[in-house]
Amino acid sequence: MIEIKGLNKRFGRLEVLKDLDTQIQTNKITAIVGHNGSGKTTLIKCLLGLDKYDGGDITIKDFKLNGDWHYRSQIGYMPQIARFPENLTATEVITMISDLRAGSNTQADDLVRYFRLTEEMEKPLKHLSGGTRQKVNAIVALMFNPDILILDEPTAGLDPISSSLLKDKIQAEKEAGKTVIITSHIMSEIQELADTILYLLDGKIFFDGPVDELIAQTGEKNLERAIAQMMS
Amino acid sequence: MKTLLKIIKYQLHDLLRGKWFFIYTGVFFLLTDGLFRFGGDPNQVSLSLMNVVLFIIPLVAIIFGTMFFYNSREFMELLLSQPISRVALFLGLYLGLTLPLSAAYLIGVGLPFMYHSGIQSSSYWILLIVGVSLTWVFTALAFLIAVLSEQRVRGIGFTIVLWLFFAILYDGIILFILFTLEEYPLEKLTLILAMFNPIDLGRILILLQFDIAALMGYTGALFSKFYGGLLGSALAIMALWTWCAVPVWLGYRAFSRKDF
Repeated sequence: MIEIKGLNKRFGRLEVLKDLDTQIQTNKITAIVGHNGSGKTTLIKCLLGLDKYDGGDITIKDFKLNGDWHYRSQIGYMPQIARFPENLTATEVITMISDLRAGSNTQADDLVRYFRLTEEMEKPLKHLSGGTRQKVNAIVALMFNPDILILDEPTAGLDPISSSLLKDKIQAEKEAGKTVIITSHIMSEIQELADTILYLLDGKIFFDGPVDELIAQTGEKNLERAIAQMMS
Repeated sequence: MKTLLKIIKYQLHDLLRGKWFFIYTGVFFLLTDGLFRFGGDPNQVSLSLMNVVLFIIPLVAIIFGTMFFYNSREFMELLLSQPISRVALFLGLYLGLTLPLSAAYLIGVGLPFMYHSGIQSSSYWILLIVGVSLTWVFTALAFLIAVLSEQRVRGIGFTIVLWLFFAILYDGIILFILFTLEEYPLEKLTLILAMFNPIDLGRILILLQFDIAALMGYTGALFSKFYGGLLGSALAIMALWTWCAVPVWLGYRAFSRKDF
Protein backbone atom coordinates (compact mmCIF):
# COMPACT_ATOMS: atom_id res chain seq x y z
CA MET A 1 0.00 0.00 0.00
CA ILE A 2 1.08 3.56 -0.69
CA GLU A 3 0.16 6.22 1.83
CA ILE A 4 0.36 9.92 1.05
CA LYS A 5 -0.07 12.45 3.86
CA GLY A 6 -0.22 16.22 3.51
CA LEU A 7 1.85 16.21 0.31
CA ASN A 8 2.90 19.63 -0.95
CA LYS A 9 4.91 20.49 -4.00
CA ARG A 10 5.62 23.83 -5.54
CA PHE A 11 7.64 24.99 -8.52
CA GLY A 12 8.72 28.49 -7.61
CA ARG A 13 5.54 30.33 -6.77
CA LEU A 14 3.31 27.79 -8.46
CA GLU A 15 1.75 25.40 -5.96
CA VAL A 16 1.25 22.18 -7.90
CA LEU A 17 0.19 19.77 -5.13
CA LYS A 18 -1.71 21.11 -2.15
CA ASP A 19 -1.98 19.02 1.00
CA LEU A 20 -2.72 15.75 -0.71
CA ASP A 21 -3.95 12.90 1.51
CA THR A 22 -4.75 9.51 0.04
CA GLN A 23 -4.06 5.79 0.15
CA ILE A 24 -3.36 3.71 -2.92
CA GLN A 25 -4.46 0.13 -2.39
CA THR A 26 -2.65 -3.07 -3.26
CA ASN A 27 -4.33 -5.41 -5.70
CA LYS A 28 -6.10 -2.56 -7.41
CA ILE A 29 -5.64 -0.34 -10.42
CA THR A 30 -5.76 3.30 -9.39
CA ALA A 31 -6.16 5.90 -12.10
CA ILE A 32 -4.89 9.40 -11.52
CA VAL A 33 -6.86 11.76 -13.73
CA GLY A 34 -7.19 15.48 -14.16
CA HIS A 35 -6.76 18.09 -16.84
CA ASN A 36 -3.35 19.26 -18.08
CA GLY A 37 -1.35 20.84 -15.26
CA SER A 38 -3.51 19.36 -12.51
CA GLY A 39 -0.50 17.67 -10.88
CA LYS A 40 -0.81 14.04 -12.09
CA THR A 41 2.71 13.67 -13.40
CA THR A 42 4.15 15.60 -10.45
CA LEU A 43 2.42 13.22 -8.03
CA ILE A 44 3.87 10.23 -9.90
CA LYS A 45 7.32 11.80 -9.92
CA CYS A 46 7.11 12.43 -6.17
CA LEU A 47 6.38 8.73 -5.67
CA LEU A 48 9.42 7.86 -7.76
CA GLY A 49 11.71 10.37 -6.07
CA LEU A 50 12.19 12.23 -9.37
CA ASP A 51 10.62 15.35 -7.89
CA LYS A 52 11.55 16.49 -4.38
CA TYR A 53 8.41 17.45 -2.48
CA ASP A 54 8.26 20.40 -0.12
CA GLY A 55 6.10 18.99 2.64
CA GLY A 56 4.23 15.88 3.79
CA ASP A 57 5.09 12.20 3.77
CA ILE A 58 4.96 9.33 1.33
CA THR A 59 5.12 5.79 2.67
CA ILE A 60 5.53 2.92 0.22
CA LYS A 61 5.12 -0.56 1.69
CA ASP A 62 6.01 0.67 5.20
CA PHE A 63 9.05 2.61 3.97
CA LYS A 64 8.88 6.35 4.50
CA LEU A 65 10.60 8.11 1.59
CA ASN A 66 13.67 9.95 2.83
CA GLY A 67 15.97 10.32 -0.16
CA ASP A 68 17.22 6.73 -0.04
CA TRP A 69 16.76 5.21 -3.51
CA HIS A 70 16.70 1.48 -2.75
CA TYR A 71 12.90 1.35 -2.46
CA ARG A 72 12.69 1.85 -6.21
CA SER A 73 13.68 -1.78 -6.73
CA GLN A 74 10.02 -2.54 -5.98
CA ILE A 75 8.73 -0.20 -8.66
CA GLY A 76 8.36 -0.57 -12.42
CA TYR A 77 7.91 2.76 -14.18
CA MET A 78 6.77 3.47 -17.70
CA PRO A 79 7.22 7.16 -18.53
CA GLN A 80 5.11 9.07 -21.03
CA ILE A 81 7.94 9.54 -23.53
CA ALA A 82 10.17 6.60 -24.35
CA ARG A 83 13.66 7.79 -25.15
CA PHE A 84 16.80 5.69 -24.96
CA PRO A 85 20.41 6.14 -26.10
CA GLU A 86 19.73 6.06 -29.81
CA ASN A 87 22.64 3.93 -30.95
CA LEU A 88 21.82 1.04 -28.61
CA THR A 89 19.49 -1.78 -29.61
CA ALA A 90 16.41 -2.77 -27.61
CA THR A 91 18.23 -5.89 -26.42
CA GLU A 92 21.10 -3.76 -25.16
CA VAL A 93 18.77 -1.38 -23.33
CA ILE A 94 17.10 -4.31 -21.58
CA THR A 95 20.50 -5.81 -20.71
CA MET A 96 21.69 -2.43 -19.45
CA ILE A 97 18.70 -1.83 -17.18
CA SER A 98 18.96 -5.41 -15.86
CA ASP A 99 22.65 -4.90 -15.27
CA LEU A 100 22.15 -1.59 -13.46
CA ARG A 101 19.28 -2.94 -11.43
CA ALA A 102 21.13 -6.14 -10.63
CA GLY A 103 17.82 -7.96 -10.66
CA SER A 104 16.61 -10.99 -12.54
CA ASN A 105 14.57 -10.16 -15.61
CA THR A 106 13.27 -13.63 -16.25
CA GLN A 107 10.17 -12.14 -17.84
CA ALA A 108 11.98 -10.13 -20.53
CA ASP A 109 11.97 -12.85 -23.21
CA ASP A 110 8.31 -13.67 -22.61
CA LEU A 111 7.41 -10.00 -22.78
CA VAL A 112 9.33 -9.54 -26.05
CA ARG A 113 7.30 -12.37 -27.56
CA TYR A 114 4.09 -11.11 -25.96
CA PHE A 115 4.49 -7.64 -27.51
CA ARG A 116 5.64 -9.21 -30.82
CA LEU A 117 8.96 -7.41 -30.74
CA THR A 118 11.33 -10.26 -31.60
CA GLU A 119 12.09 -8.84 -35.06
CA GLU A 120 12.91 -5.37 -33.74
CA MET A 121 15.18 -6.25 -30.86
CA GLU A 122 18.51 -6.01 -32.68
CA LYS A 123 17.83 -2.71 -34.49
CA PRO A 124 19.23 0.57 -33.12
CA LEU A 125 16.50 2.36 -31.21
CA LYS A 126 16.78 5.45 -33.40
CA HIS A 127 15.37 3.37 -36.27
CA LEU A 128 12.34 2.19 -34.30
CA SER A 129 8.94 3.91 -34.42
CA GLY A 130 7.56 5.77 -31.39
CA GLY A 131 5.05 2.96 -30.73
CA THR A 132 7.74 0.28 -30.86
CA ARG A 133 9.91 2.24 -28.45
CA GLN A 134 6.89 2.56 -26.19
CA LYS A 135 6.62 -1.25 -26.17
CA VAL A 136 10.30 -1.49 -25.17
CA ASN A 137 9.44 0.98 -22.43
CA ALA A 138 6.63 -1.32 -21.26
CA ILE A 139 8.98 -4.30 -21.19
CA VAL A 140 11.49 -2.34 -19.07
CA ALA A 141 8.72 -1.50 -16.57
CA LEU A 142 7.33 -5.05 -16.37
CA MET A 143 10.37 -7.31 -16.70
CA PHE A 144 11.45 -7.33 -13.04
CA ASN A 145 8.04 -8.41 -11.85
CA PRO A 146 7.84 -5.41 -9.48
CA ASP A 147 5.19 -5.11 -6.75
CA ILE A 148 4.24 -1.62 -7.84
CA LEU A 149 3.65 -0.48 -11.40
CA ILE A 150 3.48 3.18 -12.31
CA LEU A 151 2.38 3.78 -15.87
CA ASP A 152 2.19 7.32 -17.23
CA GLU A 153 -0.12 7.38 -20.28
CA PRO A 154 0.90 3.80 -21.14
CA THR A 155 -1.08 3.38 -24.37
CA ALA A 156 -0.15 6.74 -25.92
CA GLY A 157 1.29 6.10 -29.38
CA LEU A 158 0.40 2.39 -29.44
CA ASP A 159 -1.63 0.82 -32.26
CA PRO A 160 -4.95 -0.84 -31.27
CA ILE A 161 -3.47 -4.35 -31.12
CA SER A 162 -0.51 -3.36 -28.94
CA SER A 163 -2.77 -1.19 -26.80
CA SER A 164 -5.10 -4.15 -26.15
CA LEU A 165 -2.15 -6.40 -25.38
CA LEU A 166 -0.80 -3.88 -22.87
CA LYS A 167 -4.20 -3.40 -21.22
CA ASP A 168 -4.59 -7.18 -20.85
CA LYS A 169 -1.14 -7.30 -19.31
CA ILE A 170 -1.98 -4.52 -16.85
CA GLN A 171 -5.15 -6.36 -15.85
CA ALA A 172 -3.15 -9.58 -15.36
CA GLU A 173 -0.63 -7.75 -13.18
CA LYS A 174 -3.43 -6.50 -10.95
CA GLU A 175 -4.84 -10.00 -10.65
CA ALA A 176 -1.37 -11.16 -9.64
CA GLY A 177 -1.64 -8.88 -6.60
CA LYS A 178 0.24 -5.81 -7.79
CA THR A 179 -0.40 -2.17 -7.00
CA VAL A 180 -0.99 -0.44 -10.32
CA ILE A 181 -1.12 3.32 -10.86
CA ILE A 182 -1.96 4.69 -14.28
CA THR A 183 -2.65 8.07 -15.79
CA SER A 184 -4.51 8.58 -19.03
CA HIS A 185 -6.59 11.13 -20.87
CA ILE A 186 -8.67 8.39 -22.45
CA MET A 187 -11.63 7.98 -20.11
CA SER A 188 -12.94 4.81 -21.80
CA GLU A 189 -9.58 3.23 -21.05
CA ILE A 190 -9.73 4.30 -17.41
CA GLN A 191 -13.26 2.97 -17.11
CA GLU A 192 -12.15 -0.33 -18.65
CA LEU A 193 -9.10 -0.75 -16.43
CA ALA A 194 -9.34 1.16 -13.17
CA ASP A 195 -10.96 0.16 -9.90
CA THR A 196 -10.34 3.44 -8.14
CA ILE A 197 -10.05 6.95 -9.41
CA LEU A 198 -8.08 9.82 -7.95
CA TYR A 199 -9.32 12.98 -9.58
CA LEU A 200 -6.98 15.94 -9.22
CA LEU A 201 -8.11 19.49 -9.78
CA ASP A 202 -5.57 22.28 -9.45
CA GLY A 203 -3.37 20.21 -7.18
CA LYS A 204 -6.14 19.08 -4.83
CA ILE A 205 -8.08 15.85 -4.65
CA PHE A 206 -11.50 16.45 -6.11
CA PHE A 207 -12.66 12.84 -5.98
CA ASP A 208 -11.07 9.74 -4.48
CA GLY A 209 -13.05 6.52 -4.71
CA PRO A 210 -14.32 3.66 -6.88
CA VAL A 211 -15.04 4.44 -10.54
CA ASP A 212 -18.59 3.03 -10.26
CA GLU A 213 -19.30 5.33 -7.34
CA LEU A 214 -18.29 8.38 -9.37
CA ILE A 215 -20.54 7.36 -12.25
CA ALA A 216 -23.43 6.61 -9.87
CA GLN A 217 -22.98 9.89 -8.04
CA THR A 218 -23.36 11.89 -11.21
CA GLY A 219 -26.06 9.66 -12.71
CA GLU A 220 -24.26 9.61 -16.04
CA LYS A 221 -23.86 6.57 -18.28
CA ASN A 222 -20.06 6.55 -18.49
CA LEU A 223 -16.92 7.98 -16.86
CA GLU A 224 -16.26 10.57 -19.54
CA ARG A 225 -19.69 12.13 -19.10
CA ALA A 226 -19.50 11.83 -15.32
CA ILE A 227 -16.26 13.78 -15.27
CA ALA A 228 -17.58 16.35 -17.74
CA GLN A 229 -20.60 16.84 -15.48
CA MET A 230 -18.42 17.23 -12.40
CA MET A 231 -16.39 19.86 -14.15
CA SER A 232 -19.35 21.90 -15.32
CA MET B 1 31.00 2.46 -7.74
CA LYS B 2 29.82 -0.59 -9.65
CA THR B 3 26.78 1.28 -10.93
CA LEU B 4 28.97 4.20 -11.96
CA LEU B 5 31.23 1.93 -14.01
CA LYS B 6 28.22 0.27 -15.60
CA ILE B 7 26.73 3.62 -16.62
CA ILE B 8 30.08 4.68 -18.12
CA LYS B 9 30.31 1.37 -19.97
CA TYR B 10 26.92 1.73 -21.67
CA GLN B 11 27.49 5.39 -22.31
CA LEU B 12 30.74 4.60 -24.12
CA HIS B 13 28.99 1.83 -25.97
CA ASP B 14 26.39 4.27 -27.26
CA LEU B 15 28.71 7.19 -28.03
CA LEU B 16 31.39 5.11 -29.78
CA ARG B 17 28.77 3.89 -32.22
CA GLY B 18 27.92 7.43 -33.28
CA LYS B 19 29.83 9.04 -36.16
CA TRP B 20 30.95 12.11 -34.21
CA PHE B 21 33.70 10.30 -32.29
CA PHE B 22 35.44 9.28 -35.49
CA ILE B 23 34.89 12.67 -37.11
CA TYR B 24 36.35 14.48 -34.08
CA THR B 25 39.34 12.11 -33.97
CA GLY B 26 39.79 12.35 -37.75
CA VAL B 27 39.83 16.16 -37.76
CA PHE B 28 42.59 16.27 -35.14
CA PHE B 29 44.50 13.52 -36.87
CA LEU B 30 44.40 15.10 -40.33
CA LEU B 31 45.28 18.52 -38.95
CA THR B 32 48.26 17.30 -36.91
CA ASP B 33 49.48 14.96 -39.61
CA GLY B 34 49.05 17.70 -42.23
CA LEU B 35 51.05 20.20 -40.19
CA PHE B 36 53.91 17.73 -39.89
CA ARG B 37 53.81 16.92 -43.62
CA PHE B 38 53.90 20.59 -44.54
CA GLY B 39 57.31 20.78 -42.97
CA GLY B 40 56.66 21.79 -39.42
CA ASP B 41 59.02 20.72 -36.70
CA PRO B 42 57.40 19.50 -33.46
CA ASN B 43 57.55 22.93 -31.84
CA GLN B 44 55.99 24.67 -34.83
CA VAL B 45 53.26 22.04 -35.00
CA SER B 46 52.58 22.46 -31.26
CA LEU B 47 52.32 26.22 -31.65
CA SER B 48 49.98 25.91 -34.64
CA LEU B 49 47.85 23.41 -32.76
CA MET B 50 47.74 25.67 -29.71
CA ASN B 51 45.01 27.88 -31.10
CA VAL B 52 42.93 24.88 -32.14
CA VAL B 53 43.33 23.43 -28.66
CA LEU B 54 42.54 26.72 -26.93
CA PHE B 55 39.51 27.66 -29.01
CA ILE B 56 38.01 24.57 -30.62
CA ILE B 57 38.24 22.12 -27.70
CA PRO B 58 36.40 24.41 -25.24
CA LEU B 59 33.77 25.22 -27.88
CA VAL B 60 33.16 21.60 -28.86
CA ALA B 61 33.17 20.40 -25.23
CA ILE B 62 30.78 23.08 -23.98
CA ILE B 63 28.28 22.84 -26.88
CA PHE B 64 28.40 19.08 -27.16
CA GLY B 65 28.17 18.67 -23.37
CA THR B 66 25.09 20.87 -23.11
CA MET B 67 23.30 19.27 -26.04
CA PHE B 68 24.15 15.82 -24.78
CA PHE B 69 22.74 16.63 -21.34
CA TYR B 70 19.49 18.02 -22.74
CA ASN B 71 19.10 15.12 -25.17
CA SER B 72 19.57 12.59 -22.35
CA ARG B 73 16.87 14.17 -20.21
CA GLU B 74 14.16 11.52 -20.71
CA PHE B 75 16.70 8.74 -20.44
CA MET B 76 17.95 10.20 -17.15
CA GLU B 77 14.36 10.19 -15.94
CA LEU B 78 14.06 6.52 -16.81
CA LEU B 79 17.36 5.67 -15.09
CA LEU B 80 16.47 7.67 -11.99
CA SER B 81 13.25 5.71 -11.66
CA GLN B 82 15.48 2.64 -11.19
CA PRO B 83 17.25 1.94 -7.88
CA ILE B 84 20.24 4.08 -8.85
CA SER B 85 21.78 6.94 -6.90
CA ARG B 86 21.93 10.40 -8.44
CA VAL B 87 25.65 10.73 -7.84
CA ALA B 88 26.36 7.56 -9.85
CA LEU B 89 24.18 8.76 -12.71
CA PHE B 90 25.63 12.28 -12.82
CA LEU B 91 29.25 11.15 -12.70
CA GLY B 92 28.49 8.28 -15.08
CA LEU B 93 27.09 10.67 -17.67
CA TYR B 94 29.96 13.12 -17.16
CA LEU B 95 32.74 10.55 -17.39
CA GLY B 96 30.92 8.71 -20.16
CA LEU B 97 31.25 11.85 -22.26
CA THR B 98 34.63 13.25 -21.19
CA LEU B 99 36.45 9.93 -21.59
CA PRO B 100 35.62 9.45 -25.31
CA LEU B 101 36.15 13.17 -26.04
CA SER B 102 39.58 13.01 -24.39
CA ALA B 103 40.41 9.75 -26.15
CA ALA B 104 39.48 11.27 -29.53
CA TYR B 105 41.84 14.18 -28.87
CA LEU B 106 44.67 11.99 -27.55
CA ILE B 107 44.49 9.67 -30.55
CA GLY B 108 44.02 12.45 -33.11
CA VAL B 109 46.93 14.57 -31.88
CA GLY B 110 49.08 12.03 -30.07
CA LEU B 111 49.45 9.45 -32.85
CA PRO B 112 50.86 11.76 -35.57
CA PHE B 113 53.30 13.21 -33.03
CA MET B 114 54.44 9.71 -32.12
CA TYR B 115 55.37 8.61 -35.62
CA HIS B 116 56.60 11.99 -36.89
CA SER B 117 58.75 13.18 -34.03
CA GLY B 118 58.61 10.84 -31.08
CA ILE B 119 57.23 11.81 -27.73
CA GLN B 120 60.25 13.23 -25.99
CA SER B 121 59.46 16.94 -26.23
CA SER B 122 57.80 18.53 -23.22
CA SER B 123 55.63 20.67 -25.52
CA TYR B 124 53.99 17.46 -26.73
CA TRP B 125 53.02 16.40 -23.24
CA ILE B 126 51.84 19.86 -22.22
CA LEU B 127 49.73 20.10 -25.39
CA LEU B 128 48.08 16.79 -24.52
CA ILE B 129 47.57 17.70 -20.84
CA VAL B 130 46.08 21.10 -21.70
CA GLY B 131 43.76 19.65 -24.38
CA VAL B 132 42.46 16.94 -22.06
CA SER B 133 42.12 19.36 -19.12
CA LEU B 134 40.14 21.84 -21.20
CA THR B 135 37.85 19.03 -22.39
CA TRP B 136 37.09 18.12 -18.77
CA VAL B 137 36.71 21.75 -17.65
CA PHE B 138 34.33 22.82 -20.40
CA THR B 139 32.24 19.64 -20.26
CA ALA B 140 31.88 20.27 -16.52
CA LEU B 141 30.76 23.85 -17.20
CA ALA B 142 28.34 22.56 -19.85
CA PHE B 143 26.80 20.09 -17.38
CA LEU B 144 26.51 22.78 -14.71
CA ILE B 145 24.68 25.13 -17.07
CA ALA B 146 22.42 22.38 -18.41
CA VAL B 147 21.45 21.29 -14.88
CA LEU B 148 20.68 24.84 -13.83
CA SER B 149 18.84 25.93 -16.94
CA GLU B 150 15.61 24.08 -17.74
CA GLN B 151 15.29 25.70 -21.16
CA ARG B 152 17.48 24.19 -23.85
CA VAL B 153 17.77 27.33 -26.01
CA ARG B 154 18.70 29.52 -23.06
CA GLY B 155 21.20 26.91 -21.82
CA ILE B 156 22.96 26.55 -25.19
CA GLY B 157 22.92 30.35 -25.65
CA PHE B 158 24.54 30.80 -22.27
CA THR B 159 27.26 28.24 -23.01
CA ILE B 160 28.19 30.13 -26.20
CA VAL B 161 28.36 33.41 -24.26
CA LEU B 162 30.52 31.74 -21.61
CA TRP B 163 32.88 30.39 -24.28
CA LEU B 164 33.10 33.83 -25.90
CA PHE B 165 33.84 35.32 -22.50
CA PHE B 166 36.73 32.98 -21.74
CA ALA B 167 38.10 32.75 -25.30
CA ILE B 168 37.92 36.42 -26.29
CA LEU B 169 36.31 38.88 -23.88
CA TYR B 170 38.36 38.00 -20.81
CA ASP B 171 41.64 39.02 -22.45
CA GLY B 172 40.04 42.28 -23.50
CA ILE B 173 38.97 42.93 -19.92
CA ILE B 174 42.51 42.17 -18.65
CA LEU B 175 43.99 44.54 -21.25
CA PHE B 176 41.51 47.21 -20.22
CA ILE B 177 42.45 46.78 -16.54
CA LEU B 178 46.17 46.89 -17.34
CA PHE B 179 45.69 49.96 -19.52
CA THR B 180 43.60 51.80 -16.93
CA LEU B 181 45.91 50.99 -14.05
CA GLU B 182 49.19 51.24 -15.95
CA GLU B 183 50.75 53.47 -13.31
CA TYR B 184 50.59 50.73 -10.70
CA PRO B 185 52.64 47.52 -10.43
CA LEU B 186 50.28 44.93 -11.95
CA GLU B 187 52.39 41.81 -12.36
CA LYS B 188 50.96 39.96 -9.40
CA LEU B 189 47.42 40.98 -10.38
CA THR B 190 48.02 39.62 -13.89
CA LEU B 191 49.26 36.34 -12.45
CA ILE B 192 46.15 36.08 -10.33
CA LEU B 193 43.78 37.11 -13.13
CA ALA B 194 45.20 34.39 -15.38
CA MET B 195 44.11 31.81 -12.79
CA PHE B 196 40.49 32.79 -13.33
CA ASN B 197 40.41 31.82 -16.98
CA PRO B 198 41.06 28.16 -17.87
CA ILE B 199 41.87 29.06 -21.49
CA ASP B 200 44.51 31.56 -20.33
CA LEU B 201 45.98 28.96 -18.01
CA GLY B 202 46.23 26.57 -20.96
CA ARG B 203 47.80 29.23 -23.15
CA ILE B 204 50.42 30.11 -20.51
CA LEU B 205 51.30 26.45 -19.96
CA ILE B 206 51.84 25.88 -23.68
CA LEU B 207 53.63 29.15 -24.44
CA LEU B 208 56.13 28.70 -21.65
CA GLN B 209 57.44 25.60 -23.40
CA PHE B 210 58.78 27.68 -26.27
CA ASP B 211 61.20 30.23 -24.80
CA ILE B 212 59.15 33.03 -26.24
CA ALA B 213 58.13 34.49 -22.89
CA ALA B 214 60.60 37.31 -23.53
CA LEU B 215 58.28 38.52 -26.27
CA MET B 216 55.74 39.29 -23.58
CA GLY B 217 57.98 41.81 -21.82
CA TYR B 218 58.40 42.06 -18.08
CA THR B 219 55.11 40.34 -17.37
CA GLY B 220 56.24 37.51 -19.63
CA ALA B 221 59.44 37.19 -17.64
CA LEU B 222 57.43 37.09 -14.45
CA PHE B 223 55.10 34.50 -15.96
CA SER B 224 58.10 32.52 -17.08
CA LYS B 225 59.61 32.73 -13.63
CA PHE B 226 56.37 31.77 -11.89
CA TYR B 227 54.67 29.31 -14.25
CA GLY B 228 57.87 28.07 -15.91
CA GLY B 229 59.13 26.40 -12.75
CA LEU B 230 57.88 23.07 -11.61
CA LEU B 231 55.85 24.60 -8.79
CA GLY B 232 54.25 27.20 -11.08
CA SER B 233 53.36 24.61 -13.73
CA ALA B 234 51.95 22.31 -11.07
CA LEU B 235 49.95 25.21 -9.67
CA ALA B 236 48.59 26.09 -13.11
CA ILE B 237 47.57 22.48 -13.75
CA MET B 238 46.00 22.34 -10.29
CA ALA B 239 44.11 25.55 -11.05
CA LEU B 240 42.88 24.00 -14.31
CA TRP B 241 41.65 20.94 -12.45
CA THR B 242 39.98 23.13 -9.83
CA TRP B 243 38.13 24.62 -12.82
CA CYS B 244 36.92 21.09 -13.48
CA ALA B 245 36.22 19.96 -9.90
CA VAL B 246 34.22 23.00 -8.79
CA PRO B 247 31.67 22.95 -11.66
CA VAL B 248 31.33 19.15 -11.33
CA TRP B 249 30.65 19.52 -7.62
CA LEU B 250 28.22 22.43 -8.09
CA GLY B 251 26.59 20.54 -10.97
CA TYR B 252 26.12 17.46 -8.83
CA ARG B 253 24.66 19.52 -5.96
CA ALA B 254 22.11 21.06 -8.32
CA PHE B 255 21.48 17.67 -9.95
CA SER B 256 20.81 15.99 -6.60
CA ARG B 257 18.13 18.59 -5.82
CA LYS B 258 16.70 18.83 -9.31
CA ASP B 259 13.10 17.99 -10.16
CA PHE B 260 12.83 15.81 -13.26
